Amino acid sequence: MTAALVFDLSLCLLIAAVALAAVLADDLFTAIVLFIVYGLLAAIAWVRLDAIDVALAEAAIGAGLTGLLLVGAAARLGGRGAPPAAGRTPWRLLGKAAPAALCVAAAAALVVLVLALPDDAPGLRPLVAETIAASGVTNPVTAVLLNFRGYDTLLETIVLAVALVGVWSLTPDRDWGSVPGARQHARPDGVLATFGRLLPALGLLVAAHLLWAGADAPGGAFQAGTVLAAVWLVVVMAGVLPAPATADTRVRLLLVAGPAAFLGFGAVGAAGGVFLGHPAGAAKATILAIETALTLSIAATLGLLVLGVPRRPA
Amino acid sequence: MSPILYAATGAVLVGIGVFGLLARTHLLRRILAFNVIGSGIFLAFGGLGSRGPGSGVDPVPQAIVITGIVVALAATALAVTLVTRLFEETGAVTLPGEHPAEGPDAS
Amino acid sequence: MILDIATLVLASAGVVFFIAGTLGLLRFPDVYARLHALTKADNLGLGLIALGLVLQAGNVWQALKIVLVWLLAIFAAATVSQLIARSALVQRSSSPAARDS
Repeated sequence: MTAALVFDLSLCLLIAAVALAAVLADDLFTAIVLFIVYGLLAAIAWVRLDAIDVALAEAAIGAGLTGLLLVGAAARLGGRGAPPAAGRTPWRLLGKAAPAALCVAAAAALVVLVLALPDDAPGLRPLVAETIAASGVTNPVTAVLLNFRGYDTLLETIVLAVALVGVWSLTPDRDWGSVPGARQHARPDGVLATFGRLLPALGLLVAAHLLWAGADAPGGAFQAGTVLAAVWLVVVMAGVLPAPATADTRVRLLLVAGPAAFLGFGAVGAAGGVFLGHPAGAAKATILAIETALTLSIAATLGLLVLGVPRRPA
Repeated sequence: MSPILYAATGAVLVGIGVFGLLARTHLLRRILAFNVIGSGIFLAFGGLGSRGPGSGVDPVPQAIVITGIVVALAATALAVTLVTRLFEETGAVTLPGEHPAEGPDAS
Repeated sequence: MILDIATLVLASAGVVFFIAGTLGLLRFPDVYARLHALTKADNLGLGLIALGLVLQAGNVWQALKIVLVWLLAIFAAATVSQLIARSALVQRSSSPAARDS
């Protein structure tokens, strides 16, 4: 048994154990913290699989933003969800044992199926390797996201926008168009406010680097957009900048800029014969232009999704 | 060997998540369990996508998993907002008719 | 070779600090003591591991990136631990039941 295999085995066991603990934990807040830990461990698993792009997305979105959403909701629900004071009746125990047995059986069957799959699956690697020279970038994941399967990414950004429309549509009538998120109480000279003023310099640098590096190395619009969203959320929570009113036209333009740029370049491609096709020779330039617009829109959409329903006047 | 190990872990995570979805009634816990199922599927997909010649995960599954992670966040945000609105309107944190196994507040 | 040994020594020392901090997190009685164990041990642990990795960096830019990650982590840790301690203080002064425990 090599050291790497021992590490992989321990990591897999740890991931499963933390996921189980997150599902079983009595206290809701404990469960959410365990879920965030689980997301970070899953990101390490993606690093072990040599999928750094996914690891970045999992750590930032799967663990970070999802965890933030759940913590915020738990706070809003105000401690509801504590364990029941009553003891375990036989009926309740059966009510848990039956689904548990079912899930163990289903998971075991899935594991058997996964292990039974043939080892020699060529996949799409050769095809990507063959055509990547024409894609304009050298990071294969970015080539797939922005070129080969660009329509997936276009629809995904539209799904994000639709989700935000869904969240906003739950606004009570009296608050429509107002400012989302809770009022912040950070002291203007406090530690959080200082952090909120220091972080943007570093955060913007990291986001710009991820965006630019995404062409040739792990990174790209989604990772950069998430970093921007996180920095913006810290700035808002620290009270350095107020959250904008959702009725603000500039906010709405920012939200649709990315999908609109993507569609616009796609339409230019359609004029040249292929919808979403990039002009030969200028593929890298168009990809970077689309990615820059996407980064800004993704950052705005993710940030506003986390802040949630508008609930206070501007 | 190792990629298949992660794929198998993904399968186990799906089982854990489905159990959470069935056994817990608090809606936030169900959203959490739903996310465990989702990332279990991603991990299985990634592990299976690293089989065959060449190192690392096939870039096409990688790109699709990144898309999936973002869409999962969008779905989670919408679900969380629905739960908080349900709580604000009715005071409930479980679905109507559901056995309130984890309410009411004790802490 | 000497660099590799230095990296091993520094990273191992960092891991020892992480283990000590984790032990403190698990064993110490209250929030403040646990925070003390975490921030002291983890900042030093992370710093030692980052220092060990800088020695392995291929060029100056990689080394600078590692230093940047370390800086971000300690800034965030310092801010968050201060916030946790403050919220623990607020909670203690607002609920008389918690004062006895």
